[in-house]
Amino acid sequence: MTNYIISMATFGAIYAVLALALNLMWGIAGMVNLGIVGFYAFGGYLSALATTRLGLPIAAGFVIAILGTATIAAATTLGLTRLRDDYLAIVTLGFSEVVRIVAENETWLTRGTDGISGIPQPLKQMLGDKFNAGYLAFSLVMLALVIVVMERIRTSPFGRTLRAIREDSQIAAFAGKDVFWFKVKAFAIGGGIAGLAGALYAHYTSYIVPEIYVPLLTIYIFLALSAGGLGNTWGATIGAFVIVFCLESTRFLVGVIPYVGAEQLAALREFLIGLSLLLVLMYRPRGLLQEPLPKLARAA
Amino acid sequence: MTEKVLQLVLNGLMAGAVLAVPAIGLSTIFAVLRFVNFAVAGHMAIGAFAGYLLNTAFGLPASVAVAGAFFGAAAIGVAADHVTLRRLRSYSALTLAIASIALNVMVESALRFVFGGAPRNYAIPLRRDWVLGSLQVGPQQVESAVIAVVAMSLLFVFLAITTTGKAMRAVADNPTLADSKGIDPERMARIAVGIGMGLAGIGGMLVGLDTSIDPLVGFRAILSVFAAAVVGGLGSIPGAVVGGLVIGLAEELSLLVMPATYKSAIGFLAILVILTFKPSGLLGARAT
Repeated sequence: MTNYIISMATFGAIYAVLALALNLMWGIAGMVNLGIVGFYAFGGYLSALATTRLGLPIAAGFVIAILGTATIAAATTLGLTRLRDDYLAIVTLGFSEVVRIVAENETWLTRGTDGISGIPQPLKQMLGDKFNAGYLAFSLVMLALVIVVMERIRTSPFGRTLRAIREDSQIAAFAGKDVFWFKVKAFAIGGGIAGLAGALYAHYTSYIVPEIYVPLLTIYIFLALSAGGLGNTWGATIGAFVIVFCLESTRFLVGVIPYVGAEQLAALREFLIGLSLLLVLMYRPRGLLQEPLPKLARAA
Repeated sequence: MTEKVLQLVLNGLMAGAVLAVPAIGLSTIFAVLRFVNFAVAGHMAIGAFAGYLLNTAFGLPASVAVAGAFFGAAAIGVAADHVTLRRLRSYSALTLAIASIALNVMVESALRFVFGGAPRNYAIPLRRDWVLGSLQVGPQQVESAVIAVVAMSLLFVFLAITTTGKAMRAVADNPTLADSKGIDPERMARIAVGIGMGLAGIGGMLVGLDTSIDPLVGFRAILSVFAAAVVGGLGSIPGAVVGGLVIGLAEELSLLVMPATYKSAIGFLAILVILTFKPSGLLGARAT
């Protein structure tokens, strides 16, 4: 049971990092990334390939995952950030689909649907039985780092400009802000953080395969963020842990509800996830914790 | 080589006609409501299953059962929209798009709850391919393309001659002016959703006739559908027809240079190319 709770908490931390990545893009900068799962997968694969194929140390894998995913995220937005945000949503959805297709088909690189196994786990030998607890601590430290960075961004002039762009990009442009570059930067940083989450996952489970990166994962993160509080660092974090807890606890319901098999239960769970997201958007669009905004300064 | 290209062009045109139907559905909803409705994927699956029930339980041929696909998806589409997205009309296009994804998850998981996730096949007679010189064509492909063309023609007639159709075009053109002329925007929204999701339903069934159906039949095709709508110009109905044909052709011709597994990446490439060079789409007017 302790092991189960430790693993749940680790997944909570990984999802929280993803939710924070989405919070920067969507919550603060107002850019919807429907392919967050693709960036998560991209980071996971980069780090897995760097450590298994190139034999690089795990730390290098993390750095490559963060920088590589940041670069690809910036590339996705180039040329698109001047358009309506609907287009970005479609393009990012397409991006995640392409990542999945490449991972499934370029078997010489990714081993296709067999997945990559034997991804090195940090300090596995030294920690032995305590690896899971140790990795939870490591994930929480990473999460804490991301939280610190996010809070710095949120309260910095950069974060303020992003909020201004989100509210009205024309006025922000009129005030002399280069809207395009601000958006690209926000997407790159968010992408890098999603890549970090991907590396965290890969080196925890030691095994990745395309089928774990389902589009539904994107919905979980959207729900975590919008329920927790769009634009609120702590809301995103708490939301992610709550979602993981809800997802995991419903697993035990198989056999408890009569006439409902495993397939139906899985369908029911997805249905409730969709319904929750819809209800949050309809009735609590600001989520549990509201976005903290600086008090308006009185005009002198 | 020429024969191979001709064969791929023929396949591409027929696949493109099928693709154009749900793309028109997406564009119709976008034209009136100004947001990208991702629930088109789930309603494609609803249509596929509605047609499947009529086809397997009542033994109706595909060409008749497709009417059930339209009305089934349209009815559920309007009802689902009424209890969910209608309440969010005043919100931003982005919030609506995300809410439509949530609705899509609900629709697909409801289908999975009832029908399970395993693929099913329509009860259609196995027929030998028709051979025209060096070209081969499946009778079911031709029938699907004809159904698609009939559905599109009916829509064009509806938009061109009926008062409701004209009112809908007016709303798409200038919502404020239409409102001041006494056109009820909520009624137009309902009709747009009904027609859009109904067409998505037909598209879902036609895609399913070609392969098999399961709750994700629409989701797997959605990138191509979006690509067709975006390439033609989001909100433009003739554009969606052109876009569908372009994407259908591009996907088939890609087989000359790429393995078949990358076919679904063509839509993504097409979106990137068109947004880079002509963001408003081939026939669209507004992009930003």
